[in-house]
Amino acid sequence: MDASSHDVLLVGGGGAGLRAAIAAAEVNPKLSIAVVSKVYPMRSHTVSAEGGAAGVVKGDDSLDEHAYDTISGGDWLCDQDAVEAFVKEAPQELLQLERWGCPWSREPDGHIAVRAFGGMKRRRTWFAADKTGFHMLHTLFQTTLKFDPITRYDEWFVTKLLVDDGRVDGVVAIELMSGKIQAITAKAVILCTGGCGRVFPFTTNANIKNGDGMALAYRAGASLKDMEFVQYHPTGLPFTGILITEAARAEGGYLLNKDGYRYLQDYNLGKPQPNPVMRSMELGPRDRLSQAFVMEDQKGRTLATPYGSVVHLDLRHLGEKIINSKLPFVRELCLKYQNLDPVKELIPVRPVVHYMMGGVSTDMNGATPLAGLYAAGEVACVSINGANRLGSNSLSECLVFGARAGKAAALYAAEQKAADDKAMAQANDERKRLEAQFLHKQGGRERVATIREQMQKAIEKSAGIYREETSLAEGANKLFELQERYQDIVLDDRSRTFNTELEGALELGFMLDVAESIVQCALHRTESRGAHQRTDFPARDDENFLAHSLVFRKPDGSSRVEYLPVKVTRWAPGERVYGEQAPESPQQIPQAVPAGRAG
Amino acid sequence: MADKIVLEIPRYSPERDVKPHFEEFEVPVHKEWVVLDALNYIKDQVDGSLTYRWSCRMGICGSCGMMVDGEPKLSCATFLSSYSRNGNKLRVEPLRYFPIIRDLVTELSDFLVKLKAVKPWLIRQEEPPLSEGEFLQTPEQLEQYKQYSMCINCTLCYAACPVVGLDPVFVGPAAIALAQRYNQDSRDQGAGDRMAVLAHPEGIWGCTFVGECTRVCPKHVDPAGAIQQYKLKAALDWVKSFVTPLGRKNTDVRREAAND
Repeated sequence: MDASSHDVLLVGGGGAGLRAAIAAAEVNPKLSIAVVSKVYPMRSHTVSAEGGAAGVVKGDDSLDEHAYDTISGGDWLCDQDAVEAFVKEAPQELLQLERWGCPWSREPDGHIAVRAFGGMKRRRTWFAADKTGFHMLHTLFQTTLKFDPITRYDEWFVTKLLVDDGRVDGVVAIELMSGKIQAITAKAVILCTGGCGRVFPFTTNANIKNGDGMALAYRAGASLKDMEFVQYHPTGLPFTGILITEAARAEGGYLLNKDGYRYLQDYNLGKPQPNPVMRSMELGPRDRLSQAFVMEDQKGRTLATPYGSVVHLDLRHLGEKIINSKLPFVRELCLKYQNLDPVKELIPVRPVVHYMMGGVSTDMNGATPLAGLYAAGEVACVSINGANRLGSNSLSECLVFGARAGKAAALYAAEQKAADDKAMAQANDERKRLEAQFLHKQGGRERVATIREQMQKAIEKSAGIYREETSLAEGANKLFELQERYQDIVLDDRSRTFNTELEGALELGFMLDVAESIVQCALHRTESRGAHQRTDFPARDDENFLAHSLVFRKPDGSSRVEYLPVKVTRWAPGERVYGEQAPESPQQIPQAVPAGRAG
Repeated sequence: MADKIVLEIPRYSPERDVKPHFEEFEVPVHKEWVVLDALNYIKDQVDGSLTYRWSCRMGICGSCGMMVDGEPKLSCATFLSSYSRNGNKLRVEPLRYFPIIRDLVTELSDFLVKLKAVKPWLIRQEEPPLSEGEFLQTPEQLEQYKQYSMCINCTLCYAACPVVGLDPVFVGPAAIALAQRYNQDSRDQGAGDRMAVLAHPEGIWGCTFVGECTRVCPKHVDPAGAIQQYKLKAALDWVKSFVTPLGRKNTDVRREAAND
């Protein structure tokens, strides 16, 4: 069996992965760094991010305000030490990207321009029109090309982490083009595979977002954190689920019900003003806006379409000039995919699964409790996003924690010995498993697409915007049944060459594990907080649940949920207030407690 | 009741086939469906071995380029209904001029080599510390290179370019546009380095200015324009090399230009 060996290995080549690769190469140019990605890096889903990346840069803003917005936006489930590090390093990282050539939008005098964003009290979101993720990703990818120590494994699909004696030694991967299955050993592995939106039927997430890294870590014995917190973005196009960026509302867009009424005023989000008001109305946080949609729908004040109820996003009053300069991609997406022009027409939108707040549990350097295993970006849960992420924090998170994980892994790797023969034996076993279970399988009746569709339906029904015990328990049962049926999958495609059906089957296996972790965490958390709303437990319960869920995989494949207290430094849990009553600045929060307190 | 359309798709697997052969699949036509939805329908419901790339389904990741009815297109951005007059067949083929790995999947490694060859990163002679803040760049300066920065590497322009078809070593439209994206960036000082790659028979001089690259670009990048700008610049530099006083370095010229 072939094998190759590196010091630091990245799984995934999106924003976090490429930033980590560059960080590792800069820490120690002697290290050999591998970027293993199932797609060419510039196809990674970072490319789809539209609105921007948050980082304090203007004189009227402060790090404390960014931290407070993030923590209150996260319904006090964020680890505050991580948030403080994040807001401090985000501007540096965004500036570094400018130095690498990112085409940030500018003020007339040439300085970086920033825009408003949901849940943020100040303008601090850096943007490159409304293709911010695209420009960040291509800038990072093109910059990595000048680093010789970075070797790319483009279109290699990782099936398993090699673990020996509590230490991660690399991965087993399939080279899609040839079908070759081999070990790639490494002293440190950083998971940067992004989120898992494809677990749900209606999502902004690309086809490649299957929770691969979450499942790889979970199966290797690491825990997943806060998996019940799934973000619904309030404005997706019906049918396709294509995202209409929050920047559309930050530039002044209105959300209207079927009567043309700005319904958010009925949901404790402030009073409508002609121009956008920070932390108010359409610039409220995503969880509250998506929940308001459901309420409005229940009142019969939405519009029915073949692809579910919708409300309208109205950009017409912004005019063609603003739309073309600030939101060109929104216009392009509406014209190309919805056959309407937002300059003249209303955009139908509905909440759509967008982002996973939870993920592989890591510390502030991206390290997991499993030696040699790191994670950064959406796949990880540090946690800075708590129970609800604020828009534009995730691109910055990819950079800050990608860089931190890259540095930490490089320092760790420099002190480790290379993997031994045991890794090779494990890789050989994994090859035999893939052949027996899929490529050489006799019999089997289930199709990948059937099980995938049933999983998506089951999780939406049980762990959607609102949840309760009975439906969650039904969802858990259905997922158990689907896990059983998954063993009976049969592939049409037994070829080695670019076998995307095999890839789809393996991704489905990852998604089933991730789906189970979401439902189990949601079942156990008997309170409502941020994006996790239990109709049977409608109140937040700080006494019992000011804590992260940690879900572990038991040897029999079932799961076990534990809790880890949230780290509170300076902002005691308070009420989330949006609209006119929103606090002017965090200094006015009366409950501030001394630094260093945890609990 | 939905209309139907027959997709004709060349099937090829190196383990099984000497050359591609066409297979036909009947698929329903829904008004919202793009060509990619039809391929996903076939893969999910009919034949799981149909092989193609896709990811974002919103025209930004660049994965799903194919020849649709003979034209290079993003299959996620091409409505099926545009081709679905009754009884019609629609050919969906891999992007032209690329080696085929399997079915609709083309081999991209040569394209990646070409991208890297033009040094697509910001080249600076000196790098001030981050504490000095951002390089200033006015919206007008951003506008100078912005359209060239919009390339999604979908390679439709290579499939449209007759020169690529005749001469596989031609560096090609997207790579030249990317070089121009950095050359025109007010923060960059690497145009000279890149000229060495591009002022080569396999660089800009290979282009016969057919303009097909610009026509098929789904992101309205103008590679043909980039190539023309480049040819002009290369020719002027060649003339300048005779009139520049001895002992004067390129950097002096650049500094003067910056002071203009």
